[in-house]
Amino acid sequence: MDVDSSQGRMAAFMRDHQDKVVGRWAELVAAGVRGRISAMEIRRELEDLYSLVIRAMSGADEQAIGELRAALAELSRSRARNVFTPSEIALEIFALKDAVYELVADTTELVPEFLGFSRMVDDFGLHTFETYAAAREEIIADQSMTMLELSTPVVRLWEGVIAVPLVGTLDSARTQLVMEKLLETLVATGADHAVLDITGVPTVDTEVAQHLLKTVNAARLLGADCTICGIRPQVAHTIVSLGIEFGDIATKATLADALAHALSRAGLKVGPA
Amino acid sequence: MERVPIVKIGKTLFVSIQIDLQDESVLRLQEDLADELAATGATGVIIDITAVEIVDSFIGRMLTMIGSISRLFDAETVLVGMRPAVAITLTELGLSLRGVRTALNADKGLKLLNGSS
Repeated sequence: MDVDSSQGRMAAFMRDHQDKVVGRWAELVAAGVRGRISAMEIRRELEDLYSLVIRAMSGADEQAIGELRAALAELSRSRARNVFTPSEIALEIFALKDAVYELVADTTELVPEFLGFSRMVDDFGLHTFETYAAAREEIIADQSMTMLELSTPVVRLWEGVIAVPLVGTLDSARTQLVMEKLLETLVATGADHAVLDITGVPTVDTEVAQHLLKTVNAARLLGADCTICGIRPQVAHTIVSLGIEFGDIATKATLADALAHALSRAGLKVGPA
Repeated sequence: MERVPIVKIGKTLFVSIQIDLQDESVLRLQEDLADELAATGATGVIIDITAVEIVDSFIGRMLTMIGSISRLFDAETVLVGMRPAVAITLTELGLSLRGVRTALNADKGLKLLNGSS
């Protein structure tokens, strides 16, 4: 049997029963939505999809299949924003098969046609799944980029004193970024004292300590003195337990102490006016 | 082979490296500097590497050696004008240039020498 004509017969059948199928499809979908989208909206979206499916199947329209895929991708994205899981989205598409099958079951002729149709709907379901995964990947990549940018400010505390408040876990990528920003700021401002504040670093293990030491060494090569501050009691305990040595790098408890240290190194004194 | 000029200003020898450092020219610089230190009795050496964009482990080690040689003549070495990218490379190579002091620019380097002597 010719595939095109089989699809054409299926399309004709579906066009004849459009209201019934879409109605049933919307019912099935609405049951799984649990009030996240209104029934009206579902009905409208499914009607659009349904007519695209028929257009794609009747084969008269070259662009229909592309439009259908775009519509499926759009549906997947909008569902993803409404906190649907990928399987919920795929099931929503698969529900079309159930809706059509209920009608086909009454007739005996359209069984091979229905099989072809079923395979096509499976393909659509998988397409929404893929789009969903791709959309999530994009969001995650954007977020991690934003976090990387947000989390590495270099601030000026005083003439010649700059500080880097480190917040979050310090991995190689972030260390690289922090180092670059710190060194650039040192050159740009001509500062000769840098304070690394690790109050916001949750844990300091040997790797993090290694990264800190690298940063300090790089800053020293530019002639800047470095102080590490914001070491919390638990962190101090871990550092000593792990046997990490900060060598001749000055460490202070708080940012205020570090600033006072930096000022005294610069020959300045802060006291009551 | 290109040579790096050594300029004496007061009690300080000023070396500004403005060529692509080849291993040979670095060795030559070491010899020239030792000769100059012996002849002038300078107490400080400023090496300006503002124009240096690429540093490898050999050159890093040579800079440390220049520091050690100067110390034998009772002179202090200050390395000035290092670019951030160079600093990162040296750190990644694990070279911290012990025995060589560093400053952001020549001005600060001079202050460092005058302050310590």
